[in-house]
Amino acid sequence: MSKTRIVSFACATALVIASLSACRSRSEGTPSTTTTTASKGASPSEGASAQYFPLQSYRVGPYAAGGTGFFGGFIDYLQLVNERDGGVNGVKLVWSECETEYVVERGVECYERLKGGLQGAPPAAMNPLSVGIAYALIDRATADKIPLITINHGRTDSTDGRVFPYVFPLSLNPYSEASAIVNYIGQREGGADRLRGKKIAVLYHGSPYGKETIPIIDLLAKKLGFTATQIEVPHPGSEQQSQWLQIRQNAPDWVILRGWGIMNPVALKTATKVGFPVDHVIGNVWSNSEEDVLPAGPAGVGYTSVTTHPSGRDFDVLKEVDKYVLSRGKGNMQDPGRVGSVYYNLGIVNGILNVEAVRVAQKKFGNKPLTGEQVRWGFEHIAVDDARLRELGAFGLMQPIRLSCSDHEGGGAVRFQKWDGKAWSVVSEWVQSDRALLRPIIESSSLKYAQEKGVPVRDCEAEARL
Amino acid sequence: MILRASLAAAAAVLLAVLPLLVNDYVLSAILVPWLALALAASGQNIVTGYAGQLSVGSAAFMSVGAFAAYDVHLYVPGAPLLVAFAVGGIAAAAAGALFGLPSLRIRGFYLVVSTLAAQFFVEWLFTKVGWFSGNSASGVITAPPLRIAGIDLSSPSGHYWLALGVVAVLTVALRNIVQSRIGRSWMAVRDMETAAIVSGVETRRAKLLAFAVGAFYCGIAGALWAFAYLGTVEPHGFDLDRSFQVLFMAILGGLGRLTGPFLGAAFIVLFPIALDLAGARLGGGSVDPGLLQTLEKIVFGALVIFFLVKQPAGLARLVSASWIQLRRPETSP
Amino acid sequence: MSFFLEVLLGGLLAGVMYTMVALGFVLIYRASGVFNFAQGAMVLSAALTFVSLRERGFSFVLAFVATLAVMLLLAVAIERAVLRPLVNAPPMSLFLATLGLSFVLEGLAQTVWGTQVHGLELGISDAPLAAAGLVVSRFDLFAAATAAVLVGVLAVLFRSTRAGVALRAVADDPLAAIAVGIDLRRLWTIVWGVAGLVALVAGLLWGARVGVQFSLSLVVLKALPVLIIGGFSSIPGAIVSGLIVGASEKLADVYVGPHLGGGIESWFPYALALAFLLVRPTGLFGERAVERA
Repeated sequence: MSKTRIVSFACATALVIASLSACRSRSEGTPSTTTTTASKGASPSEGASAQYFPLQSYRVGPYAAGGTGFFGGFIDYLQLVNERDGGVNGVKLVWSECETEYVVERGVECYERLKGGLQGAPPAAMNPLSVGIAYALIDRATADKIPLITINHGRTDSTDGRVFPYVFPLSLNPYSEASAIVNYIGQREGGADRLRGKKIAVLYHGSPYGKETIPIIDLLAKKLGFTATQIEVPHPGSEQQSQWLQIRQNAPDWVILRGWGIMNPVALKTATKVGFPVDHVIGNVWSNSEEDVLPAGPAGVGYTSVTTHPSGRDFDVLKEVDKYVLSRGKGNMQDPGRVGSVYYNLGIVNGILNVEAVRVAQKKFGNKPLTGEQVRWGFEHIAVDDARLRELGAFGLMQPIRLSCSDHEGGGAVRFQKWDGKAWSVVSEWVQSDRALLRPIIESSSLKYAQEKGVPVRDCEAEARL
Repeated sequence: MILRASLAAAAAVLLAVLPLLVNDYVLSAILVPWLALALAASGQNIVTGYAGQLSVGSAAFMSVGAFAAYDVHLYVPGAPLLVAFAVGGIAAAAAGALFGLPSLRIRGFYLVVSTLAAQFFVEWLFTKVGWFSGNSASGVITAPPLRIAGIDLSSPSGHYWLALGVVAVLTVALRNIVQSRIGRSWMAVRDMETAAIVSGVETRRAKLLAFAVGAFYCGIAGALWAFAYLGTVEPHGFDLDRSFQVLFMAILGGLGRLTGPFLGAAFIVLFPIALDLAGARLGGGSVDPGLLQTLEKIVFGALVIFFLVKQPAGLARLVSASWIQLRRPETSP
Repeated sequence: MSFFLEVLLGGLLAGVMYTMVALGFVLIYRASGVFNFAQGAMVLSAALTFVSLRERGFSFVLAFVATLAVMLLLAVAIERAVLRPLVNAPPMSLFLATLGLSFVLEGLAQTVWGTQVHGLELGISDAPLAAAGLVVSRFDLFAAATAAVLVGVLAVLFRSTRAGVALRAVADDPLAAIAVGIDLRRLWTIVWGVAGLVALVAGLLWGARVGVQFSLSLVVLKALPVLIIGGFSSIPGAIVSGLIVGASEKLADVYVGPHLGGGIESWFPYALALAFLLVRPTGLFGERAVERA
């Protein structure tokens, strides 16, 4: 090894250390620069008396449509609370974004960067909206005592709050979703008993998210007597001809589409191409947005999908967003036409639940910025009923949700919506999943996890007595 | 000689005391991935930089290393962590030799096909065959508790020590390999294959060995990435983009130089974060993060072209050249 | 049996798409010896530019011409910034440079036009056509016809124009071509421009099928095995092997895939290409061996 190489190595090391110490001083001294987008919620001096929402968002990459809509709605709701109410009981909400591009290690880096809070405002909860990132954060968030919210997605067995104290697959976990879809297909067939002998094909995204429901579909098939064929579409799913040819050969009565991103429009187009009737394709909760069907053009007309919340702007809370946020030029959406879209409204719902958790926790811990652990308590005591939904202006937008120490999902019902080429229209009442059937499976999975990882199981009854 | 030793010692001490100087964010979100990726880029450097063979399958070998190490932990209860790492590396080396076999008959960008086949096949295999991920429904593997000889390494600084120790040992080993007969045979293959054959170098053996050793380094890097950094990994975590990332690190850092991968990895890990921070500071919130991300892509691509055109020896050369100029300004024109 | 034929036909028609992309490769490889990894990024930028112009109210023809102009400008820029400085560099450096180029192009296209998914309607129905018990997509037939016309036009151009003759001369013997006064740089620009046209047509056909978005650039990964099998410099080779790859990957995925757990489409063409490589390293129609031991 020559002298110059040694020298350059030392140089490089010095360089790295210099940049690292720069990072350190930034992240500790003036936290505002650790964020990508400066908070619009409050001026820096208010930091210490504010509650912080760290946003691991993604606005580019293959799944940008989901990220821009969801985080746009989420931010607009936080903004609404600030503009209309002056925060939650006087505690301003602040937030900052860190772009993850839906890439796991970016998400981890963002998590580490944002978890320390913003100008003294403590983080309330993490909302990465990515199954991959959520999986990577379970241990970290639990160790750091920050709630990890995976609304409508995530790890099914994290519903069991006894084993996953800080993870919340709010409103709909993947098993509930699969169960509700099967129940809906039963309804369309004229009763659950009519499912016997039917053939259902599941087309799923080749990722942890896509594979999550394989065992539960098999179980439901056995229980209800239908045949399930589960076909994987390799990521990203822009080529599905052979999968759909297999479907055509197999001639199932129904196809459940468990897609994500570009896979969805391609599935609809390919279905048309091989002549499978699109009105017998039922999309799951991540195949239900405008962005999933619009690129498919006419091929998407008549397609039905799950939703936990209708799209549209005809809800009081959206009218208020319009009044207090959008008309004041403080909206987050680059394309205002997407306000009221499926992803945007999911962001609103997510905002409502996050803020509600803070509000519930404040009742117990006082009207001040709360720690992640305190907000976790708030999440576990969310009890949103119809009356509360009316107060929130969200009646009809979301289902009643009651969370507890052992139940971190709390909803489990969905509605179905049909695409007419321009907009979604809701075509069903709330369809329930068989939560009683699912619970033992969830518990056996979570307890297995607890044993493998050596995680203690919480005693919820004892905690309730405290 | 004294200068050399003292500088090396200084660097070692500096790296060793780092956990005392920086916070957890820097340790666990910058330094650990930097070390893991630098090791992977070292593997790429062996294949491409020293032996002159093109490979775009580094991520596949990282993946083999990570999953094999996980399987050891899963199916051999009580196996020590370092044994799991070693098995991961050896499994990756076997895969590397296998997919390097076509290099005996073909060269140049034809080899891209073989290594791409490795990339896609391995990703498919780990997605499809549940045994590798312990039959977990989602195909995700999670890190075992990190402890060596009873010492708990689960803290951020523990992760760092683990990564640093492994990378340091392997880097010293690589230095020795490169200076040995094997290393010389690699460079002979790279610089003038026909001449190498004439002068009695066993080129076939040299090439296969380069693929195996390179994949070994990538495999260990993959295990570090999965266990010491992310703590959980899915097969798609080692996709083609990761292979390109590793290849870019090797190119930007400087092919055929020991320090190159470290500089290249530092650049690729730090650059997006720096851009993020700069965007926040300059734009004051008005800069669209999406725009920054596409800009980052442009800059990466442009830099690759720039280095290929202007500075084929990469950052390592740039750094050592500027150092020489600093020391001896009179020699520069 | 009819199902087998359908799969076969569907595969052949998909293969037409691969051929289109491979064609761009072959043109560039013949003219400049560059293995152009950025061809996929060119498909993406062309389609994205076209669809964005359409959305801004341009007519089909106007958008097509404007996009073509953009691709020509791009060709000039690439020749200046990448090819010329690397003129004597080893092939590996050139390949890596096009890898860098693909990042630049993808970034540029998305910076200018945004990252959302665009639908693209060419006015051709994708409804299946039932004939003689077979179900065939109308759109696929249309795409195949378009590709055939494009190949025909290119063939005529290369036979009858000066640039075409020059290209053949360069492909046969670069040094001799330069010696007789062929302006290599101009030729490069022309060829990259034509490759841009091919990318545009491929992008439109592919984009109409899957939507215009980022993963269009991944099509380059499908074209790679096609090139290995067909040979880097042979246009008939690209056509035939495109069809082979398309047909065999669909057949394999439908008939072999289920026994292996499905989804083998991702690596099957590569395995096929490797097998070809070991048996017949020059490819189907390859004229000369390039860089192999």
